[in-house]
Amino acid sequence: MSIANILFLLLLAGAVALFARNLGRVVRNIRLGRDEDISDRKAERWGVMARVALGQSKMVVRPVAGIMHILIYVGFIIINIEVLEIIIDGIFGTHRIGSFLGRLYDFLIGSFEILAVGVLLACVVFIARRAVLQLPRFHKPEMKGWPSKDAMIILITEIALMGAFLKMNAADQVLAQRGMEHYTTAGSYPVSSLLQPFFAGMSDGTVLFFERFMWWFHILGILAFLNYLPYSKHFHIILAFPNTWYSKLEPRTQVSNMPRITGEVKSMLDPSVPPPTPAPARTVAGVDMPERFGAKDVFDLSWKSLMDAYSCTECGRCTSECPANLTGKLLSPRKIMMDTRDRLEEVGKVIDAKGKWEDDGNSLHSRISEEELWACTTCNACTQACPVNIDPVNIIMEMRRYKVMEESSTRPSLTGMFNNVENNGAPWAYGPDRRMEWAQE
Amino acid sequence: MEALRVPTMAEFAASGEVPEVLFWVGCAGSFDDRARKITKAFVRILNAAKVKFAVLGQEETCTGDPARRAGNEFLFQMQALQNVTVLNGYGVKRIVTACPHCFNTLKNEYPALGGTYEVLHHTQFINALLKEGRIKVEGGDFKGKRITFHDPCYLGRGNNEYEAPREVLLKLDAALVELKRSKQNGLCCGAGGAQMFKEAEPGNREVNHERSEEALGVKPDIIAAGCPFCNTMLTDGVKHFNKEGEVVVKDVAELIAEAGEL
Repeated sequence: MSIANILFLLLLAGAVALFARNLGRVVRNIRLGRDEDISDRKAERWGVMARVALGQSKMVVRPVAGIMHILIYVGFIIINIEVLEIIIDGIFGTHRIGSFLGRLYDFLIGSFEILAVGVLLACVVFIARRAVLQLPRFHKPEMKGWPSKDAMIILITEIALMGAFLKMNAADQVLAQRGMEHYTTAGSYPVSSLLQPFFAGMSDGTVLFFERFMWWFHILGILAFLNYLPYSKHFHIILAFPNTWYSKLEPRTQVSNMPRITGEVKSMLDPSVPPPTPAPARTVAGVDMPERFGAKDVFDLSWKSLMDAYSCTECGRCTSECPANLTGKLLSPRKIMMDTRDRLEEVGKVIDAKGKWEDDGNSLHSRISEEELWACTTCNACTQACPVNIDPVNIIMEMRRYKVMEESSTRPSLTGMFNNVENNGAPWAYGPDRRMEWAQE
Repeated sequence: MEALRVPTMAEFAASGEVPEVLFWVGCAGSFDDRARKITKAFVRILNAAKVKFAVLGQEETCTGDPARRAGNEFLFQMQALQNVTVLNGYGVKRIVTACPHCFNTLKNEYPALGGTYEVLHHTQFINALLKEGRIKVEGGDFKGKRITFHDPCYLGRGNNEYEAPREVLLKLDAALVELKRSKQNGLCCGAGGAQMFKEAEPGNREVNHERSEEALGVKPDIIAAGCPFCNTMLTDGVKHFNKEGEVVVKDVAELIAEAGEL
């Protein structure tokens, strides 16, 4: 083993350890949410994951973005086979360890190169859609600042990595043709062969330096990118899979039941039924968390809503279909998800710093206003549009529940509706005695 | 026109009989002037098909849908548990309703509270009656008319029923034109999630204007609806564009009742 191999091994181990640590932090944050058992209908869940995440079925609803995304996605997965070879070479000081595969190796390397060009092109198109065509959904208020930068960092990094991969291959083959020790002529290079003339007048040493530079740039770039994921919307490349597995399988417009309230209402309606015993306080992040009706903060949401928040890649398809947003209301389902994630991150940082949760005086409601909550028509256009089955309506519903049941805060006309339902059994001020009037008309 | 025959569950119970189906009228269908016409049209269809049905009458109360969507789970469950007691008391097995919101709540949300029933939307029920030959309609007046169907969110996206209302409308022999945003991609009328009972939040447009404009864009003679709230929203929207003289908003049941001269 040379010094380079040892250095590589250390960097690799460090990058993997750092990633594992950050992944653990995300898992811990997701677990701050309420327990919800989502383990039923397993066969159906594997099917949904296969179709929606693996098969990208909801991405292609919009064909241009869908096909470009599939290029990047397939490229990402398949080119990772090449990364495996690079890692083995890096640790053991071998060169193109896979070349013993012969024709198959030629085929693989050739396809990686073609896919790399596909990824490059798709990234350029995606940058153009954001920066040149200025698609409205990429320029909504919640996209100002970091979210737009994040998107550009991801696309530019992918272009740089694919570029390095192709240039590395080109230099590698020039060295092989010049008969340099260590370099073999294995593989076929449909794309990078076009770059070879670039090295024509260069000395062997310069080409060798170039090849090594690109090799290191490419693999270190990948390791850095891996560690960028937990800080970025790009984390969806991992969470899309579990998030679709845990999809809501019930009808979209079915709102979850609150069993604790059932006990209380039963006891109210029938005095012989004893009131339910209060649920024991839940210990979360080192503190006893009171049971609340609805969601004040991230702790009150289901863990699935928190996973939803980390799975969101801010594509904005939800917002672009939302009737409230389309008609100029403040509500944007994407913002609901981003706010939930940002609040969860904020809570996570307090726990990191103090070792346990300490109330910071903020909550989900510090970020999401009543005006947004009350603009939702629960039409579920957003859940239909989401390519990874995120459910913003559930968060809106839980926050409305908190507002109404814990703070008695609602829109005035809704108070009137509540009174009518309670007193007349109808949302309008008509009593039961008038229910059959229509039949006599 | 024959008088409507509207027996109640209490009457059935008194005579020891069991109806084929319970017609859940809903609050809009009971109290809203426009929606009452839909209720009556559907009853005329049930009468013509000789369906042994009953209504709860004064024993029916709000399913609790708007209360739940507006965050008042206590009120929802009070309504729901009372309704479940009444429905189970009568041994109800099968329910039909002309309101997708009642439909969604009865079908999907009552099972968790002890009320499990077979629940049908009236377009599904009418479709079955037509298929079984229990009612017959001929296009007649509707021949050559352009009809477009607005998918109610709580029937379509919510419960995956897109075909029943369309199959029924095809019986009218009219030209069925699809909206750009239809089926899974249908645009809300603006009334769901308890919006019907509140002012819209500030914005630059009303949702029902956005949707009505889209519907008017396909130059229909009739905008067909399958929900009393969508009906109100679209009727208001058509008026907003001063098109009420040219375009009518009608429920699927009303169109079938008219076509069958029921």
